[in-house]
Parts: sequence; structure tokens; C-alpha cells
Amino acid sequence: MTGFLAIFRRLEGPQTVGRGPAFWGLFALVLAAALAYPLFSDGYTVGNTVYFFVWVFIALSLCLIWGYGGSLSFGQTAFFGIAGYGYGVLTINFGSAYGFTLLALVIAVAIAALFAVLLGYFMFFGRIAGVFLGIVTLAVTLMLERFMAQTAGPEWHIGSARLNGFNGMSAMPPLTIPWPGEPIVLFADIGLYYLVLGLLVFVYLALRILMNSSFGNVIVAIRENPERAEMLGYDIRKYQLITFVIGAALAGLSGVLYTVWGQYITPSSMGMTAAALPLIWVAVGGRSDLTSTVIGTLVVLAAFQALTIYGSQYALVFMGVLLVLTVLIAPNGLVLGVMNWLGRIAARFTQRAG
Amino acid sequence: MSLLELRQLNKHFGGLHVTNSVDLTLQAGEIHCLIGPNGAGKSTLFRLILGEHHPGSGDILFAGENITALKSFARIHRGLSVKFQVPGVFKGLSVRQNLEIALQSRHRGAELEAEIGRLLTFLGLQSEQAQIAGNLSHGQKQWLEIGMAVSLKPRLLLLDEPTAGMSPEETHMTGEMVQRLNADGMTVLAIEHDMAFVRQVAHRVTVLHLGQVFAQGSIDEIVADERVAAIYLGQAHA
Ligand SMILES: Nc1ncnc2c1ncn2[C@@H]1O[C@H](COP(=O)(O)OP(=O)(O)OP(=O)(O)O)[C@@H](O)[C@H]1O
Ligand SMILES: [Mg+2]
Repeated sequence: MTGFLAIFRRLEGPQTVGRGPAFWGLFALVLAAALAYPLFSDGYTVGNTVYFFVWVFIALSLCLIWGYGGSLSFGQTAFFGIAGYGYGVLTINFGSAYGFTLLALVIAVAIAALFAVLLGYFMFFGRIAGVFLGIVTLAVTLMLERFMAQTAGPEWHIGSARLNGFNGMSAMPPLTIPWPGEPIVLFADIGLYYLVLGLLVFVYLALRILMNSSFGNVIVAIRENPERAEMLGYDIRKYQLITFVIGAALAGLSGVLYTVWGQYITPSSMGMTAAALPLIWVAVGGRSDLTSTVIGTLVVLAAFQALTIYGSQYALVFMGVLLVLTVLIAPNGLVLGVMNWLGRIAARFTQRAG
Repeated sequence: MSLLELRQLNKHFGGLHVTNSVDLTLQAGEIHCLIGPNGAGKSTLFRLILGEHHPGSGDILFAGENITALKSFARIHRGLSVKFQVPGVFKGLSVRQNLEIALQSRHRGAELEAEIGRLLTFLGLQSEQAQIAGNLSHGQKQWLEIGMAVSLKPRLLLLDEPTAGMSPEETHMTGEMVQRLNADGMTVLAIEHDMAFVRQVAHRVTVLHLGQVFAQGSIDEIVADERVAAIYLGQAHA
């Protein structure tokens, strides 16, 4: 029991909004609703929800690197693409037997993380920061997009996987769990839903623990004042690199799940628009808080999709307007602003009651 | 025993010779004040000692070890610590969190809480602990950063204008703080313009002028030195 309470305490702290029985009670309710929801819905809608969930991982990666770490990275889509293509190449070559797709997921995420180790080492140990970090990461992303876009010819293949240029790679097998008798194939509906929901809850809670740990303290310290952090004896380059790699792995996870969900991936998933959209979700939600990021991303995605029915150009304009409104009204994020406001009301309420 | 030794230290910024063949030795246990007109190169000397700038030539010895090539964080691990001229607190975080970040690498759990409490008391910031550091008064920010620097239990504490923006009473309190730390064995090198503070705490004073060691001695010797008065007057006329 005390061990359980100790873990609970580590989920809370100054780096994350939401604490106490009220918050966790609400969390449990939302989780229960999320678990029950597919039973009352149809496969298509559930699949669409999975699609929303998939993007939350890349949003969280940006929240970590940008919101907490203070480094604006446009490179998350590059890791998204690397892992997505990685999964495709692996599974098209080796198939889905013996649970290989699950291993491919892990390897693809690891490849993205490894790429982040190289890029991050060059940037952070070369003391590239601020605007320059944004420029370097954007350049890497666009270079990858350009490169993949010109791989249409048959000479561009890895094993039996054709890269296919702008048409992208498709028909990779979905995630498959080996099972005596018949393997369980996680198509983009209920099966994949529970896997992705599970991953989402795990990642969210793990990041809460990470950000409220002494490691998280150093990360926000570097955001606030890197010189001061170093002069407290922290090798800030190491902390920045580790954060960057964790972020890359999360973006990579997004990429693999996206590829698994639609069974395709194209170079445009690494393009300019793809790089900009997560920035908007995270900025609108509240980049310096995990919960705000999750809520903001889901809400904005749903609104975006609803508007796309009337034409995607309106939806993009809407995103622009939303971003401007955020910058003007609540520079730290609309959702975060609302949550802080609710927190203050709750505090006043308990004060009066007590 | 000498704790810090600067040997023929040189630093140029373009054509500007900011640190000109500086030799300076600090004895363990002393409070040493570094004074000099604006632009004399005092803060730059600190940055050289801390490894934020690298000297064109010369050596920096700390406790007998040549640390000239070490990275900043490694010098901190050797026992150096600093309060910057412009307060370098973590502005967006609470006072308590500022101290926690400074203390967490040496203390955990209940011990960490106790250390934070002790430091808050030492700094007189108990009632401000939940405040965002950016909202503190200038003097309180100075104290908070001194607290963060002190929390590393350094052998040598570097203070760059610790009393800037403080009232005479606050300046005096800061002087007492420094003396208490010194009594506990901490060697202190402080850059200061406030002569009352220098008179209160300094065992020895070094005057830096145009990047060079211009004079050195007790505060009475320095004050009596007409050449020192002249460079400050020259500054006033300029
Ligand atoms: N990074 C830098 N690049 C170029 N010149 C610099 C740099 N840092 C300081 N200087 C110059 O070096 C000289 C010494 O600066 P420094 O900050 O060391 O003076 P100081 O003695 O601390 O002055 P003050 O009392 O005003 O704080 C000044 O002329 C300053 O303009
Ligand atoms: Mg200075």
C-alpha cells in the first residue's frame, strides 16, 4: 500500500498540472469511459479515434523537448518518418510470423532514437541552441522528405520493400500477436484501439514520473537558464541529448503506429505541413504541461477533422486563427489556461469548505 | 595554502585586451574583494575561472590542480560555485524549486526537504518559498542565487556584485551572510562596487584596471592609494 502511494506521489509535482483525489478520480472516469467506448461504437469510428491517439505521441514528444526542455525542434516528423518507413521495410521483408511485427515496432523506434543520438550529439555537444536548433532540425526533416520523394524508381528498394517515391510505401502487415491456433491481427479498429490506448496511458504516466523527478527538474532548469544549470554542476549537454532521444523515440512510436494504422506511409508525412501541425496542437494545448498537451491535441485534431468536411483549406485557416488566438490570449496554451483557472476555483472552493 | 592561483592569464575580445597578464593568488580561508571601474574586466576574470571563457594564454590552478582545460560543470564538481552579476535564478520556477534543483544532486528525500528548509531560513526567504522566483525583488533574487551557489558547499565561492540593488541594511545583512559562510571555512572572492561592503568583509582587496592587476592590499592601504583614487576619478570624468 505504501509502495502504491509512493508511486502516486511521484506522479505529481510542480511540473505537471493536476493532483489529488479529484484529479485522479476524473482520470479514472475518463479512462473507464475510454475502455468502455468501443463496445458502444462501430469499427470505423473506433478506427478514427485510434488515428487521433496516434498523433498524441508526437505531440508529447514536442511537449517534452520544446515545452519542458525549451528547444524548439522541427525534427519530430523526421523521426516519425524514419520509424514509419523502418517498420515498413522490416515487415515487408520479414513478414508478420512469430510476432515479428511487434519486434519490428521496437526496432523501428530504436532506429529513430539512434538517429536522434547522432543528430543530437552533433547539435548539443556542438552547443547549437535556440533558433539554430530549429533551423538544423527543419533542414534535416525537409532533406529526408526530398530524399524519399525521389525514390520512385525500381532501383530504390531495401530487400523486397520498394520505397516508391511520392506514392509512398504501402501494404505492410498490421501488428500481429502470435497466438496458439490463430494469430491475433490488430486491424485499425478495436484491437489496435486497446493497444494504442494502453501505450498512451503508459507513456503519459511514465512522462509524469520523469518530469517530476530530479531529471525533470534539470530539464526545466535548462529551459529557464542553461548557464545557471551548468554552474550548478550539471552537464547540460547530456540532459539535452537524453531528452531529445526520448522525444525522438516517442515521435518514432507515433510514426510506426500511423504506418500500422493506415498500412501506408509517404514522404509528405515528413513535409512542412506535417512538421508544423504538431507545433500548433502543442502550442494551443499548453506545451509546458503533459495533460494540456494530450487534451489540446485531441480537441484540435477533432475540430480539424470536423472542419475538413467543409474543405481542408478552411481547416488550415482555422488552425492559423487558433494559433494566433492562443498567442494573443493565452501564450502558454488555451487548455493549460483553462486548467489553471479550474485549479484556482477548486482551491478557493476547498478553502471555503475547510 | 593557496586555493586559487591565476598565472599570467590573458584574454582578448577582438582587439580588446580584457585580461592582461593577470597573476592572482587566493589563500584558503580568506575573503578577497575584487574592485575596479566599470569595464575593468572583473566579470570576464570570473568567466575565465569558471570556464565559460577560455584564456588565450596562462593557467588556472585550483587546489593545486591545473583546471584550465576543464569544462564548467567539472570545475563546479571540484568545488567552485558562482553567483552571477545579473541574477541567474530560474525565473519561471518557485523559490523552493530553485533551491531543490541546486540541492538535489547531494541530497534525497527527507534530507533534501530538511536542507531546503535550512537554506530558506539562512536566506530569510521562508515566506517566499512558494513564489515564482521571477517575481522576487532584486535583492531577494540576489539572495536566492547566493543560496543556490552556497548549497553546493563550494570551497571557493565567487560572488559578482552580490549587493547590487540592495539597501544599506540589506547590504550589511549580505556582508554578515558572507562572514558566516567564511567562518564555516568557505573561501570567498567577491566583485563589489559598494565600499561599505568591502570594508565590512574583505581581508584583502585587489584592484583591476584595464584588465591588469593595478593594486593589492588591505582596504585601508587601497583607500589611501592615490593612484587608485585617480582611476576612479578618471572614470567619473570620462
Ligand atoms: N563576450 C564579450 N565579447 C566582447 N567584449 C566583451 C565581452 N564580455 C565583456 N566584454 C568587454 O570586456 C570589457 C570588460 O568587461 P567585464 O564585464 O569583464 O567588465 P567588469 O569589470 O565586470 O565591468 P562592470 O563593473 O561594469 O560589471 C568591457 O569593455 C566589455 O565591453
Ligand atoms: Mg561585471
